[in-house]
Amino acid sequence: MSAWNIVILASVICVALKVAGYLIPPRAFEHPTVARIANLLTVALLAALIAVQTLGAGQSIQVDARVPAVLVAAGLYALRVPFVVVVIAAAAVAALIRALT
Amino acid sequence: MPRTSRRTPEERAALRAALAVGLATAAYGVSFGALATLSGLDIWQTCFLSLVMFTGGSQFALIGVLASGGLTAGPSAITSAALLGTRNVFYSIRMSPVIGKGFLKRAAAAQLTIDESVAVATAQRTPAAQRVGFWATGIAIYLGWNLTTLIGALIGDLLGDVSAYGLDAAAAAAFLGLLWPRLKARQTQAVAVGAAFVATLLTPVLTPGLPVLVAAVVAVVVGAFDLLGTKKRAESGDDS
Repeated sequence: MSAWNIVILASVICVALKVAGYLIPPRAFEHPTVARIANLLTVALLAALIAVQTLGAGQSIQVDARVPAVLVAAGLYALRVPFVVVVIAAAAVAALIRALT
Repeated sequence: MPRTSRRTPEERAALRAALAVGLATAAYGVSFGALATLSGLDIWQTCFLSLVMFTGGSQFALIGVLASGGLTAGPSAITSAALLGTRNVFYSIRMSPVIGKGFLKRAAAAQLTIDESVAVATAQRTPAAQRVGFWATGIAIYLGWNLTTLIGALIGDLLGDVSAYGLDAAAAAAFLGLLWPRLKARQTQAVAVGAAFVATLLTPVLTPGLPVLVAAVVAVVVGAFDLLGTKKRAESGDDS
């Protein structure tokens, strides 16, 4: 698969999902279990992505500068620091640790 | 859209909320743009994602999986993006009666249906203010997000090696920022921990990208049986 194929296919699917909500009758998705799973799906995927992005190195687990960086990010989010500042701070922490070790 | 002159106080409040949320959200398009080019996409592909896909969570998921797994992880990257995009179906259903009739209007609304526009709209009390909140937030973020994506992509293109600058950690921090506001209930906290655990355990066993998808099963199981959920969970929003 070329990068363009991936980008276009994923984009078309995501747009189709948005359009679907305006086309289908609302009752089909009103069931609380369906709504609950959809909400939890977002949480599960984001959490899994964080884990893989923080610990994964191809097909292995590697603990390195990313771990303290993400911990710092968590602390800053808890203090209600804005998104952009936290992301930059996390990058800075990781870069600093790599520069010093 | 309503004329500028005759706005009710509710509509003006919606407009202020829209601009505040719009500016804050647009700002992190820079991180998306930079991370996308560093994950291997070129500037055009990066901008295409913000122009067409236009849903932050899915965009970050796609480039996150591509960054760790390369182009061979394409199917997993697409599936991750699509699964994260499913919540937009529910947002669309929610906004459908607010938007009203008209093909072009509904088509434009579909493209602008994202976390932030729906959040600002549903926080407003009157239907008119909901419409103002939705359109103003959606348009502000669409313009801002695409502009900052381009800026970020140009920066990322200049930077070069990802890990030297700590941008791989920035990607994890970005996901954490998207997850953070959703962690209020015990059920969502449990799902987050469970999914992170499953994805980590499976990383050495499965090809890159797949552990994230398998971790989604945690959400399906917990959601289907409503494990750790409060039975009398109140539906969000008070406008029935």
